[in-house]
Amino acid sequence: MNRRGALRIAVADDEAPARSRIRDLLEDCAASFALEIVGEAANGYALIELLQHTPADVALLDIRMPEMDGIEAAQHMQKLDAAPAVIFTTAYDVYALKAFELHAIDYLVKPIRLRRLHDALSRVRSITPLSLDVLQQLIPEPRKHLSVQERGRVLLVPMDKVLFMRAELKYVTIRTAEREYLLEESLTRLEQEFRDKFVRIHRSYLVARDHIESFERGVEGGAESGWMVKLRGLADRFPVSRRQQHVIKEFGRIGSASGWQSH
Amino acid sequence: MKSINQNVHQDALPDFRNLGVILRVVLIVLALSGILALAQAGNLTALLPRFLEVSAPVQPVLVLSILALSALSGWLRSLEYWTGILVVVLIELLVVSVVYRVGDQFFGGDPYGQLERYWLFILIATALILYYFHLRNRALSPALTEARLQALQARIRPHFLFNSINAVLSLIRAEPKRAETALEDMADLFRVLMADNRNLSTLAREVELTRQYLNLEELRLGPRLKVEWHTENMPGEALIPPLVLQPLVENAVYHGIEPRLEPGFISINVYKARDEVHLVLRNPYRQDGDHHAGNKMALGNIRERLALHFDAEASLKSSMTDDAYQVHIVLPYRKEAR
Repeated sequence: MNRRGALRIAVADDEAPARSRIRDLLEDCAASFALEIVGEAANGYALIELLQHTPADVALLDIRMPEMDGIEAAQHMQKLDAAPAVIFTTAYDVYALKAFELHAIDYLVKPIRLRRLHDALSRVRSITPLSLDVLQQLIPEPRKHLSVQERGRVLLVPMDKVLFMRAELKYVTIRTAEREYLLEESLTRLEQEFRDKFVRIHRSYLVARDHIESFERGVEGGAESGWMVKLRGLADRFPVSRRQQHVIKEFGRIGSASGWQSH
Repeated sequence: MKSINQNVHQDALPDFRNLGVILRVVLIVLALSGILALAQAGNLTALLPRFLEVSAPVQPVLVLSILALSALSGWLRSLEYWTGILVVVLIELLVVSVVYRVGDQFFGGDPYGQLERYWLFILIATALILYYFHLRNRALSPALTEARLQALQARIRPHFLFNSINAVLSLIRAEPKRAETALEDMADLFRVLMADNRNLSTLAREVELTRQYLNLEELRLGPRLKVEWHTENMPGEALIPPLVLQPLVENAVYHGIEPRLEPGFISINVYKARDEVHLVLRNPYRQDGDHHAGNKMALGNIRERLALHFDAEASLKSSMTDDAYQVHIVLPYRKEAR
């Protein structure tokens, strides 16, 4: 069914009329250009799922979408075996557009003109892959998901499911209530990005603030500070290092305040 | 006559029905009585009894004046400025004379001297108060011009404009009729946005505008946007600054509906209770939702414009529960004079 050499295109936009507009334009393009729409998605998450089983050469990615925006989706897409080239689409996004210009990232402003779309698609084979670093600079906000490569698939783990992250030799283990995943990122980077939600309790541990149940005096006394953290939903205790002991005090304040808010 | 460059400035009597105005009048009169008492009192211990003595004839005059002026306020404001001033002065002289006569009958004698002296007092007090409001009006009138600019700042997000144009484009081939309606809604919306928004609009017009705006959003967002209107008890003729409801609803869509996958309800409740108009807007809200700076700015802008038009009588409160955000506006119920 795949016409040989036809450009495979995936479209992600949360607004149905916007998708249908792009479809119309692509059909107009098809007159002079071998292309094929392989799928449509209403947000970044759905697009990643779609691309797992339907590879595409190009993704037309709206920036502002619920659940997972276009810029985060572009980051996770880089982990796919055959990552498509990305062309961002946006109606109005001053900051993003400035950054796109700066880093020579391809974008189209909505309403999209047929000629622009045509030009962008004909250039697409020469698009340089997006760099993760640049994409992360584009949004100061932390990602809502982590992407993990596993047996040729990309798994998306929602950040609010993550209980703790542990630094291993070359990678980071992240733990949800269900299971562990291996992540090829550095704990220091993760700590910076998720500063608001995670707190460093030990050289090799970040734990989710919202999931901290209590601090206990370690019976074994092995941990340098003598304190252990108990996380909701996990039986294990995690050591608090002497250097990070200040966290306990901090948390006493914040913890009681947030406890009061949520109940 | 309505040239843009013309610096429209009109002297006008204050609206004596307004609580803020009444409060200011009361405070000025109390301050004057205080000064009088201070001047008469031989020492500080005598100040309080002196003050009470001075107040005794002042209070009934004050209460009667406020009642009379607030009852006649609509008519007074429809008069020429100087005619209005003259009428106010005459009313005050009349009030003083009445209080004087009644006091004379009840308490007999005349501890304070003759009527002409009171006339002089009330003339001075009235002049001072009217002059104060004249100055205040002067000081605020650039702010009223500003209100128009602010209304422009509270304008529709470009994000909405371009996405809507895009949505209309997508309709043109398949559903030209719907595209036509959408463009008409858009034209109406921008007509209001670009109009001179210094003057008050009516609630009915503001609600209609908001409906047109929501039609466009529904075009874009489809079944994700659900709207519940409760306007059965809405006083359509009530006055409201233009672009108060619409920007709030736009915020509700932007922060409440667009970041959600699942459909969300926006409920808008407009009703009259006693002499107040209430507008209550609720939308779903997620804690992890993005930046609220824009929202705060819009709220501040609307609050300022409400204060410019209604002073202390209007209020805007926003509150947040775990999953909902609510804005509650209260306005005094005013109708177009005439």
